[in-house]
Amino acid sequence: MKILVAVKRVVDYNVKVRPKSDGTDVDIANVKMSINPFCEIAVEEAVRLKEKGVATEIIAISMGPKQAQEQVRTALALGADRGILVESDEDLQPLAIAKMLKAIVEKESPDLVILGKQAIDGDNNQTGQMLGALTSMPQGTFASEVNVADGRVSVTREIDGGLQTVNLSLPAIVTTDLRLNEPRYASLPNIMKAKRKPMDTFTPEDLGVDATPRVKTLSVEPPAERKAGIKVADVAELVDKLKNEAKVI
Amino acid sequence: MTTRLLNDRDIEFMLYEFLDTENLLKRSRYQEHSREVFNATLDTAKVIAEKYFAEHNAKGDANEPTFDGEKVHQIPETKEAWDAFAEAGFLAAHYDFEDEGMQMPEIILRASMAYFTAANVATSAYPFLSLGVANLIHSFASEEHKARFLPPMKDGRFSGTMALTEPGQGSALADIKTYAEPAKDGTYRIFGQKMFISGGDQSITSNILHMVLAKIKGAPAGVKGISLFICPKVLVNEDGSLGERNDVALAGLLHKMGYRNTTSTVLSFGENGGAVGYLVGEPHKGLSYMFQMMNEARIGVGMGAALLGYQGFNYSLDYARERPQGRLPSTRDPESKQISIIQHADVRRMLLAQKSYVEGGMAMCLYASSLFEDSQTGETEEIRKEAITLLDLITPMVKSWPSAYGLKANELAIQVLGGSGYIREYPVEQYYRDNRLNPIHEGTDAIHGLDLLGRKVTMDNGAGYKLFNKALATTIAEAREQSSLAEFAEQLESALNTLNTVTSTLLNKLPEGIDEGMANATIYLDLFGRVFASWIWLKQAMTATQGLAKADVQENDRNFYQGKLQANRYYFEWELPHIETQANLLMSHNLTTFEMQDAWF
Repeated sequence: MKILVAVKRVVDYNVKVRPKSDGTDVDIANVKMSINPFCEIAVEEAVRLKEKGVATEIIAISMGPKQAQEQVRTALALGADRGILVESDEDLQPLAIAKMLKAIVEKESPDLVILGKQAIDGDNNQTGQMLGALTSMPQGTFASEVNVADGRVSVTREIDGGLQTVNLSLPAIVTTDLRLNEPRYASLPNIMKAKRKPMDTFTPEDLGVDATPRVKTLSVEPPAERKAGIKVADVAELVDKLKNEAKVI
Repeated sequence: MTTRLLNDRDIEFMLYEFLDTENLLKRSRYQEHSREVFNATLDTAKVIAEKYFAEHNAKGDANEPTFDGEKVHQIPETKEAWDAFAEAGFLAAHYDFEDEGMQMPEIILRASMAYFTAANVATSAYPFLSLGVANLIHSFASEEHKARFLPPMKDGRFSGTMALTEPGQGSALADIKTYAEPAKDGTYRIFGQKMFISGGDQSITSNILHMVLAKIKGAPAGVKGISLFICPKVLVNEDGSLGERNDVALAGLLHKMGYRNTTSTVLSFGENGGAVGYLVGEPHKGLSYMFQMMNEARIGVGMGAALLGYQGFNYSLDYARERPQGRLPSTRDPESKQISIIQHADVRRMLLAQKSYVEGGMAMCLYASSLFEDSQTGETEEIRKEAITLLDLITPMVKSWPSAYGLKANELAIQVLGGSGYIREYPVEQYYRDNRLNPIHEGTDAIHGLDLLGRKVTMDNGAGYKLFNKALATTIAEAREQSSLAEFAEQLESALNTLNTVTSTLLNKLPEGIDEGMANATIYLDLFGRVFASWIWLKQAMTATQGLAKADVQENDRNFYQGKLQANRYYFEWELPHIETQANLLMSHNLTTFEMQDAWF
């Protein structure tokens, strides 16, 4: 069984990003970049399936600038067998990413595609679902448990108010939630081994995808700072202020 | 509020801008590596440090190791952390590929270690010591002993200690009483007691290799009669399996102010017929071998001190940004919103002082590691020799300056938090207690002052001292070319002249009376350290200036570089000038303390 697992290069979760002063974007020059935590969980799940003997090959893919190959290497150091980088300096958005993943799925015919449910930079939570629609593969999103047996995958999903288990025919898409597993870290020998694992590079054009952004960022600004409170003399003044100043009643 | 570990941007700055670590990739030893591999290594270090070390830093402090007469008990997280460190491959990382290592450059190993130390200095002491012991065995032990003892050290089954100090002797090693008698089988039997042995017993590994300094019976007096032995806690059979307990007993644990999860032990050797010891190298040369480990440990101690300071700085900075208290002197309205304390000038003074100490100290130690790297893998014989010569000279400052000012930074962190800093609910008081050890172990300030003035400055006809002068002169000339830094170039030149005048004055006076001449050596050490630290800061400022000049510099980078420039300015304007007072004392051969008499107290 072949697994395709996608990893996104994002600002490290420890970094507190700030908007640029001109409000065009967040300032991420020279900040630490890492694999999106949900994608790390996806890699871990794939590696566990391989360790259990369920999977035979894991392909790790990332899309983004040339430096995104670092995240592919990390996935290789964690246990993926080979890597793919789709190199593009565009601001890659979920639809473009899903289209490119579709092209790779057609090329590689994986039995399972495991993705993070969302990335911590855009918080879109769209790519897995869009890929499902584009490929007509069944999807089990927000997975907290994944079991593969008899050509099917059963996915326990975290939903409002509890857990839901879906049983999907393969090939299928799984997107990971936080409680699915606890990812390992790369040991130093595996970091060295990862250097020698193969990695293919494509461009969006190679895959026949127009990666031009469809959604435009108008402005980025920090949330308004909380102002100091005031004391009111009595209930009447409070009601008056709520009504006439805050206009909430 | 958790404490973030160090500052990734600053580590990147130090490794790839202030130092040229990427250039190592040109050396044949590192051709298999890449910056990606270095970064992945640092990432793994950070993940393990956060997950397995930082989590029990306070717990290990609150639950110090105990001894029930049979065994040492420690919180279980200690062993989990050790195992994670070993399993990730850090104990073997710097060895050759053929020895199942990764040929990791020294500086990447040390920068990785920085995360562990910052997370939990006490638990990190175990791998720290073991790395040093393995290096010592690797450098000087026989092939047979290497084959028997190194594999279990690399995979974490054995740990190591350095057993130098005795109940009667700490700094004065010439007078140690532990002795060794040759046995018929070619090994030795060791008798004596050692004290303050860190990691001398623990609940982590199945065996411990003590590197013991002892005198073979009949050896010459003084340091020239000291030999080095491997003395395992449990004897190791030739096939590597564990045999009987050796005659090494834990006499007791010592109860420390800080670094509590590192056991500090009193060990008795040979109470039942003699502890089996294996001679390392030749007889009577033990101290020179041990100096390899001590020099490595000295850079490590300086680094640890800077990092504890760094963690206190991080915590107090975050606190100062979040804690509202008071108003500016210019604000009259008592109903106005309180400001965060970072808006008070005096709080910024305390933060900036910390920044100059901890970032200066870390840069100093990483620079020392880069010299060690050059001494091993530099392209030419000349580069290798110059690197080790300069490193020898600066080691006393690399150990002492961060130890003094990292601790000072922790004191300021407590002050920034005020009452909260003094209570155990906040981590900064522990950093202070932990850091208080660093000016003491691996040679006290006084020992390093004597070493510097009495030995290092004149060693090899002053070769190291001349290299130091040359290195500073180069920086001064370069900095002068940049208008924004010219004033600091002038100040550093003047400080270097002061150092040179003081040095020659003191050296000229020594023949008249060495006791008087060496009396103020600790002050000389501090003066030298300040000049050295100013140089390190000016080099950082030059790098920051280059960074700011880049066309595409972004806002957060601009702030980062501005911070470096302001810390540089602080150090030159607020700290460096103290050398004038020190120089006056030293050059007038002030004997106030020397002439004070016991009875007058």
